[in-house]
Amino acid sequence: MESVKPHMDLVCPAGSLPALKAAVDHGADAVYLGFRNATNARNFPGLNFDMDEIQQGMAYARDHRVRVLLALNTFPQPGHWSEWTRAVDEAAELGVDAVIMADPGLMRYASRRHPDLRLHLSVQGSATNRHSIAFYHDEFGIKQVVLPRVLSLSQVRQVINTSPVDVEVFGFGSLCIMVEGRCILSSYVTGESPNTCGVCSPAQAVRWEETPRGRQSRLNGVLIDRYRHNEAAGYPTLCKGRFRVGDEVFYAMEEPTSLNTLDILPELMKLGVAAIKVEGRQRSPAYVAQVTQVMRAALDACYRDPDNYQLQPEWVASLDKVSEGQSHTLGALHRPWQ
Amino acid sequence: MKLSLGPIQYYWPIETVQAFYTQARDWPVDIVYLGEVVCSKRRELRLLDWLEIADMLEGAGKEVVLSTLALMEAESELITLQKICENGDFKVEANDMAAVHLINSRPFVAGPHLNLYNASSLELMRENGAVRWVMPLELSARTLDELQSGRPEGLETEVFAYGHMPLSFSARCFTARAHNVPKDQCELRCIDYPHGMPLQTQEDQELFTINGIQLQSGLPSNLLGEIDSLRQLQVDVLRLSPQAEGMQQIVTAFDAARKGEQSEAITALMAADTEWCNGYWHGEAGMLNVNAVLK
Repeated sequence: MESVKPHMDLVCPAGSLPALKAAVDHGADAVYLGFRNATNARNFPGLNFDMDEIQQGMAYARDHRVRVLLALNTFPQPGHWSEWTRAVDEAAELGVDAVIMADPGLMRYASRRHPDLRLHLSVQGSATNRHSIAFYHDEFGIKQVVLPRVLSLSQVRQVINTSPVDVEVFGFGSLCIMVEGRCILSSYVTGESPNTCGVCSPAQAVRWEETPRGRQSRLNGVLIDRYRHNEAAGYPTLCKGRFRVGDEVFYAMEEPTSLNTLDILPELMKLGVAAIKVEGRQRSPAYVAQVTQVMRAALDACYRDPDNYQLQPEWVASLDKVSEGQSHTLGALHRPWQ
Repeated sequence: MKLSLGPIQYYWPIETVQAFYTQARDWPVDIVYLGEVVCSKRRELRLLDWLEIADMLEGAGKEVVLSTLALMEAESELITLQKICENGDFKVEANDMAAVHLINSRPFVAGPHLNLYNASSLELMRENGAVRWVMPLELSARTLDELQSGRPEGLETEVFAYGHMPLSFSARCFTARAHNVPKDQCELRCIDYPHGMPLQTQEDQELFTINGIQLQSGLPSNLLGEIDSLRQLQVDVLRLSPQAEGMQQIVTAFDAARKGEQSEAITALMAADTEWCNGYWHGEAGMLNVNAVLK
């Protein structure tokens, strides 16, 4: 018999202080954020927190009994090692509720220097099976793991049943179709990747062109997509472009679409998922408010009566409005997607 | 410097694989990595078939290492992994921390997908039994220089020196997608693409290579022109990734280069500099050929 866990944490993105407040005000159980530098995987211009903002954010979250998780989930290289260890030290001093990390060397540092600091394995840590999770648990005492968005629902179940630590899954947001942490398409084209620089398909490499054939998007000169007149144009993330394979031009990797797990929240709860993560530290406070509100309502409904949980059309409509490509998918959780 | 043959990344029929390694027995490579690293549905060769090839190559004086998958989700994949890790005869190349966990402190090679970007990570691997590590593909010579100075004792360094670079892994099979069939009904179509499927931009630029659930670089990486800096950086092993055609010439070129000899194979491999890349090594976008840009 599977036991029903009474609660799944709703973990929401905070790319700025206003976004943090939006998440807290609309029902997040925890928020995650990063320092304003390359130590986290959303190192985008104009995002993230300096020390003063983090302290303000933590005070606001604490007042509302919301936990604060700090993402330090890039892979430091020797020349910049001390910047990352300093970030770990600062996280410990700040007293954040957990640090979300990916780099094995940095986790080794953190677990030795700050044994009481709670560690979560970031999705960038690429742990997709029980033996990998066991490695991070044995070596560093991680307490929670964020699963890459490559597992089917039955595989998530298997991981939860055999994992020594709590399991967090992505519930809503942009969809990485590759194993996070093992994708360097971005640095192949631009020189910068999530692992090394905390960015994917970075904004400074993007160029838009208006041509007689329509609008075109380029990434470091490489043509990512070409749009017909009146066709909605999306951000030129490499894996969501239209390319030629054989004689066909199509979305060879993935359409622009968002992950949305509203459909299967009761199943995730019954499996024993400990936390549901909303993607989008790069998104606006309005996005965070909207998604947090809908996810909160859905989780509460699910928690009250999982067997009679019903998807409300207004939830779906409201999330599709803020989705990439205005459409959604269960991604790898739903086997036929694969 | 030693030369290694990396694991075959494509899906070739068993006869092709056996013929390839029969030839490789006589090539001047010191180390051979064997096994399936991309997709567990590729079962032309079972573990016993690989072990047979391993024995043959070891008999010819090669060091043999058994490579493992970079993405493991299913329990059946973990069972196979455990069998490989407990084979008792050959070292294992770990491409996921699951393998490091199961290897349980026996000597192993830390593969290119373990994301070892700093000295602390290298020490962690050494403590767990690693005797060699393969540099992550996206790192530069300059970063390697810094890493080498902090490298733990007893840990050899291997660099991916030739071939299409494995850039990403997915739950989705892109070969199946290109044929408009679900992954569960892929009918192992990868076997029709011994070099993978080219993926081009709408302007016909070679961007990536589709290889099942893996995407590779559109151009092969080629560090043949960097032999001097590789030697200076005390790199121990150069990895050459098996290609369906022309592999012998690639091995010959690198063998001549490491000995400081002239060879037509070198000239041939260095020609046509729009057809290979070395950007990562120079701290640039991986797809670039810095030599071509400098012209």
